[in-house]
Amino acid sequence: MSQDLTDLGVAAIRDGVANGGFSAVEVAEAFNANVAAAQHALNAFIVATPERALEAARRVDADRAAGKPLGRLAGVPIGMKDLFATAGVQTTAASHILEGFTPTYESTVSQKLWDAGAGMLGKLNLDQFAMGSSNETSYFGNVVSPWRRKDGGNAALAPGGSSGGSSAAVSARLAPAATGTDTGGSIRQPAAFTGISGIKPTYGRCSRWGIVAFASSLDQAGPMARDVRDCAIMLEAMAGFDPKDSTSLDLPVPAWEADLNSGLRGNKVGIPREYRIDGMDADVGKSWDDGIAWLKDAGAEIVEISLPHTRYALPAYYIIAPAEASSNLARYDGVRYGLRELPDGAGLQDMYAATRAAGFGAEVRRRILIGTYVLSAGFYDAYYTQAQKVRTLIARDFKNAWASCDVILAPTAPSAAFALGEKTADPLSMYLNDVFAVPASLAGLPAMSVPAGLNREGLPLGLQIIGRPFDEQGVLNAGLAIEQRAGFTARPERWW
Amino acid sequence: MSVDTATVARIAALARLQLSEAELEAMVPELNGILAWVEQLGEVDVSGVEPMTAVIENHLRLRDDVVTDGGIRDQVLANAPAAEHGFFAVPKVIE
Repeated sequence: MSQDLTDLGVAAIRDGVANGGFSAVEVAEAFNANVAAAQHALNAFIVATPERALEAARRVDADRAAGKPLGRLAGVPIGMKDLFATAGVQTTAASHILEGFTPTYESTVSQKLWDAGAGMLGKLNLDQFAMGSSNETSYFGNVVSPWRRKDGGNAALAPGGSSGGSSAAVSARLAPAATGTDTGGSIRQPAAFTGISGIKPTYGRCSRWGIVAFASSLDQAGPMARDVRDCAIMLEAMAGFDPKDSTSLDLPVPAWEADLNSGLRGNKVGIPREYRIDGMDADVGKSWDDGIAWLKDAGAEIVEISLPHTRYALPAYYIIAPAEASSNLARYDGVRYGLRELPDGAGLQDMYAATRAAGFGAEVRRRILIGTYVLSAGFYDAYYTQAQKVRTLIARDFKNAWASCDVILAPTAPSAAFALGEKTADPLSMYLNDVFAVPASLAGLPAMSVPAGLNREGLPLGLQIIGRPFDEQGVLNAGLAIEQRAGFTARPERWW
Repeated sequence: MSVDTATVARIAALARLQLSEAELEAMVPELNGILAWVEQLGEVDVSGVEPMTAVIENHLRLRDDVVTDGGIRDQVLANAPAAEHGFFAVPKVIE
């Protein structure tokens, strides 16, 4: 076959398998080969599962031969972020404390994807417990972005985080799509860094059941893929009510793919003035201006809006997320699953402390300590309650904005991808990378990143669209309007 | 507000994290840097503002009070670092 099947996205694979252009097994074999060839250089996967991909593909091919109806993702092999519990396949959250943990159950989102006919290429690397913005906190090593600067220096770049294995795999054509999770930008920022698309739906659209918890009031699963349509197809398969998650939304899943429409006449796009920060990167500012022009060209009316509490979103997030994390991660005690460190003569309490010290990486320990501190007696009101009040104000800012606009356009991240090691010495400088992503997370809103162009170094920049609660369609449609005008066809040159 | 080594040690004990003296010392300036930065939230006027409880309005569902799972002891114990006689095993606890 002359066609390289790994050049195809989700829709093209689904349609090609359905109409017999190629078999699901051929597709799985092609992506399995790319996964294996890139593993040493990119480290995108913690575990590859080529047999799983082939098994699912064989089932699809047999169903098609037997004339049975095919699922909406039949024949599409995908990467699964290693934060989703997968029955029989190690699930680590990129941590030492869960190394070797093999769930006996399947997360709701991954089960829905398999039920739709998708196959699993492997478990994707990520920041440890999804805490990080560069995939440098994984116990299983850094993920290296397939992108390189055009300066010939070949510096290893961050694929973004926490879904850095997902972003690297999709942009390097190791998978047509992958799952991600977004707590404070972990789908959108890595998508922006690697020139792909990713959407975080409204909080509650995708079940959290079986996803290793980081900050439960913020965690939300979503797809990462090469274009907007592929994201819509994936999200339709991932979303839906789940009685096993108490915050799951009991709403029907819209037909997001069928209702894609990039004509924006009658729509108002808000441009938040507070996002135009002092000293903004010139290329990022220019890509934002390009986005404004493209949406205007698509028929939208552009309006300036104000989100006055924007600058407080990040500090509020860095109280709320660690507070929830310190509580969620209390479950890792060396008793029921995961690592156990039992020094000679140690009692139960010593075992807990030794296990957690050995099993959690530096960033996870740091966030547990911050979270424990802000929740401790005497400090709870000053930190945690204050942050939750600020969160109310941030959500109110957005609510007020919806009176004058339908979607909001902003950059996804304040810069293009940075080099590995560039921000690891200073946790604060790393946190600041999520400045544009965190407000929508705190407000539970659907938000997506789509590629807008390349900066002067030849690296991708993303544009972010934020929508009203439950209006993923409006977000996807504005994303599609940008995609059609940005003409983003750049891809990393293969060096791995 | 800022933390000293003794406070970090107390927090680490609450969080059941064993940290060496050197790790405690290193954590003090890191935590203080982050705490000084989040301190700016204090300047926001929050009078009359309720703390966020649910980001998307949703109702808490009740379900029928019936057994929905169980009988999967071996699955529950499958990943235990130590399991004996159908129980999780821990070091001897003497209070």
